[in-house]
Amino acid sequence: MTEVLSPVVIGIVVFVLAAFIGFELITKVPPTLHTPLMSGSNAISGITVVGAIIATGAGSGTLGDALAFVAVVTATINVVGGFLVTDRMLGMFRKPKRSEDTK
Amino acid sequence: MSIDTRALLYLIAAVAFIIGLKRLGSPRTARSGNTVAATGMLMAMIVTLVDAEVSWVILGSGLAVGALLGGFAALRVQMTAMPQLVAAFNGFGGIASALVAGAEFVSADGFEFPAETMIPIILSVLIGSVTFTGSFVAYAKLQGLIGGSPLTYPGQKIVNALLGIGLVAAAVLAHINQDSLTFWIVGGLALVLGVLAVIPIGGADMPVVIALLNSLSGMAAAATGFVISNSALIIGGALVGASGLILTKLMTEAMNRTLGNVLFGAFGGTTGAAAAGTGGDVTTTTPADLAIALAYANQVVFVPGYGLAVAQAQHVTREVASALEERGVKVAYGIHPVAGRMPGHMNVLLAEADVPYDQLLDLDQTNNLLSRTDVVLVLGANDVVNPSARDDAGSSIYGMPILEVDHAATVVVVKRSLSPGFAGIDNPLFYRDGTRMLFSDAKLALTELAAALEDV
Repeated sequence: MTEVLSPVVIGIVVFVLAAFIGFELITKVPPTLHTPLMSGSNAISGITVVGAIIATGAGSGTLGDALAFVAVVTATINVVGGFLVTDRMLGMFRKPKRSEDTK
Repeated sequence: MSIDTRALLYLIAAVAFIIGLKRLGSPRTARSGNTVAATGMLMAMIVTLVDAEVSWVILGSGLAVGALLGGFAALRVQMTAMPQLVAAFNGFGGIASALVAGAEFVSADGFEFPAETMIPIILSVLIGSVTFTGSFVAYAKLQGLIGGSPLTYPGQKIVNALLGIGLVAAAVLAHINQDSLTFWIVGGLALVLGVLAVIPIGGADMPVVIALLNSLSGMAAAATGFVISNSALIIGGALVGASGLILTKLMTEAMNRTLGNVLFGAFGGTTGAAAAGTGGDVTTTTPADLAIALAYANQVVFVPGYGLAVAQAQHVTREVASALEERGVKVAYGIHPVAGRMPGHMNVLLAEADVPYDQLLDLDQTNNLLSRTDVVLVLGANDVVNPSARDDAGSSIYGMPILEVDHAATVVVVKRSLSPGFAGIDNPLFYRDGTRMLFSDAKLALTELAAALEDV
């Protein structure tokens, strides 16, 4: 009979590998892009919105509903605001090519 | 949808985050990278909604309110205010993770969680709550709602240490007893700790604080991923946690300080005794003279500091640069990693003023260029060009990597007075032979300079 890995161990494996990917990727980002990198990665941390969506269906009374509602609001602010402001910033980074007329 | 299908779709979303971050590594691909990551997020949300038992009233209203608030803030914010906006978004992300974990705890209704669920619940509440209040104190400091100087009181470190110990004890108790009261005490103490931990940190140390809080918001999301066994949260959270840690490290290295010193040192804002001008005479210049020097230079480097952003002078700086380029003068911008109030802040401000990104040089690139530079114009920067950091082993900033502007033929410093910078120490650069001081507000000086250039 084979033993089955517990979900938490699989989770730890995934976490550690993802952290190493993160270190590798971010080390290569030039300082010029550090602010958009921060706001963009910040928006990614809004992935917790998935947990917030699930929490709205838990049906665990008024307190649970209230917590879920505020969680959805704050996570959505993080996601929508984060990606939008990053896009706005990156739209301002102008190409080196000398094209004086393009805005 | 089966749980396996769902997990694979979440994996695709997580891969989109990784590709997005990879594309953020170059200015050419960065914008599309952000779109890829956002698409992954949208996909993760849709996957969650399929066959899900959700309360559409709570969810719909929450999404609408959040999207409106977040979208409004993102589209209206001034680029100078970007650090506080990112701080605020960070805080919201942190508290969202804490609330999801809290909702999970509330849903138990007498059921005892196993350790592998209860520990991440507590961690998520703890980290998320610290991130929330810490971020909003940083927001208040950056926005000027409270003073930017360190707020200290006797016994501060002892109070914070006791609070930290109490928090750990409460967390352990909450895990053992699984009772609501202890659980909410953990959340409450974490909220207080976030406030107390950030108030002693000075305004110019905010790049470190924001990077660290960015990392913590990722950690909170990852902890929440363990609570609900979701790999997209674990991967997304781990990526952000790693990203924030790297930026934190880069920022502390750029100041030659340890993270502990930034967090607990209450650095800056003090009126040090060394602040009084000790260096002797300075040589001053005028916009008209400076215009001639610049117009006949071969290579000019601008060194912008936070003072430039405060004066909103990035656009007029760009005007001066354009005028010089029309005359065939080569122009570049030397940007110290801790110029501005968050990593890369100055680059965004100059990008907004239409400066091409290949002219934005980092520390090493700038220092390589400075020995071949005719005129370097220091605008609102001080400590990051202070030669004491290189030459004076007794200086409080000794060892901090600086922009070595004194290697250029001529240094012109635009500054309102000889007052010291954030570190509260005198700057020998001002008294050097090759240095000219232009005592003026940065914006006014550059406007006069732009006018003077037309007459050269």
